[in-house]
Amino acid sequence: MVKVEDEIIRKRQRERARVMALLLGAFVVLLFFITIAKTGMNW
Amino acid sequence: MPTLELSNPAALPADWRDFVALTKPRVMSLVVFSGLCGLLVAPVQLPLVLSFTAILCIALAAGACGALNQWYEVDVDAKMRRTAKRPLPAGRMEPQSALQFGIGLGGFSVLLMGLATNWLAAAMLLASILFYVLVYTVWLKPRTAQNIVIGGAAGAFPPLIGWVAATGHVAALPLLLFAIIFLWTPPHFWALSLFVRSDYAAAGIPMLPVVAGFESTRHQIFLYSLPMAAAAVAPWLLGMTGPVYGVCASVLCFVFLVLAARVAANRATEPSAMDAEKHLFAYSVFYLFALFAVLVADRWLAW
Repeated sequence: MVKVEDEIIRKRQRERARVMALLLGAFVVLLFFITIAKTGMNW
Repeated sequence: MPTLELSNPAALPADWRDFVALTKPRVMSLVVFSGLCGLLVAPVQLPLVLSFTAILCIALAAGACGALNQWYEVDVDAKMRRTAKRPLPAGRMEPQSALQFGIGLGGFSVLLMGLATNWLAAAMLLASILFYVLVYTVWLKPRTAQNIVIGGAAGAFPPLIGWVAATGHVAALPLLLFAIIFLWTPPHFWALSLFVRSDYAAAGIPMLPVVAGFESTRHQIFLYSLPMAAAAVAPWLLGMTGPVYGVCASVLCFVFLVLAARVAANRATEPSAMDAEKHLFAYSVFYLFALFAVLVADRWLAW
């Protein structure tokens, strides 16, 4: 049972890490385009 | 697929899907849509990426409200069939995780809104989160049958925030949009609370049907529908919208009032005999979507 629980913990950690990476990547892209839009407005 | 019974599910890292469930995605759809409409009817057009960011911030703030609400109401949710399977009452997540997630998401949404659009919109977003969590969830909901009347203001903020994100100031039209949702909330929630009354009674939430009974609630639903209808046609009568909105809003409100009158005439006490209440609840969701969609269409036709 401990081994099975360990596998579930690893699986969830992997999935959460993947989702977090995707969200951070999307945030970086969003910040880039926000910066472009904001600087574009002030020109 | 075989399921595994774990001795203590909360001791595991929570599944990311449970964090999504904390944000109440179904409730979020109406919040996002009304916020988007507030932004689209504004006379100033933001760059696409800033519009997207403003709506994203409104969605994240709504998600934060959902998470903080579920964190605070975990004991209440465990007593109601409708909510017992949520991540916290079902024991799939530590309460501390939900609290940190809610505060983090709320803070992030306010900061991003301020940086991407303007700080008045960010301040309103913060006010709406605090109003929902502190005034509605913590203070009003467990104490008074008027919880949904005053608390409805929290759900009415999104079109106002959408407008302010685009223009940087408050105007009469977004205040009317605020009033429409504010006055729509009581009949919408009271229709629901009539056929899930036993759930609210079991959880000790003083919703109107629990405190004042079926007849009084049905009477109140009809009475509140009248100012709601008046607020819905007001933008047309005040010359802020065109005839497309005026005619569509009048028809939508007429159907709403007919369904509310059917509820007022119903005497059923068993949920199985509450078709009128279920129809009004379902229609009220469609009504708000349709009303705001027509408003956007009307403004775009005028430009």
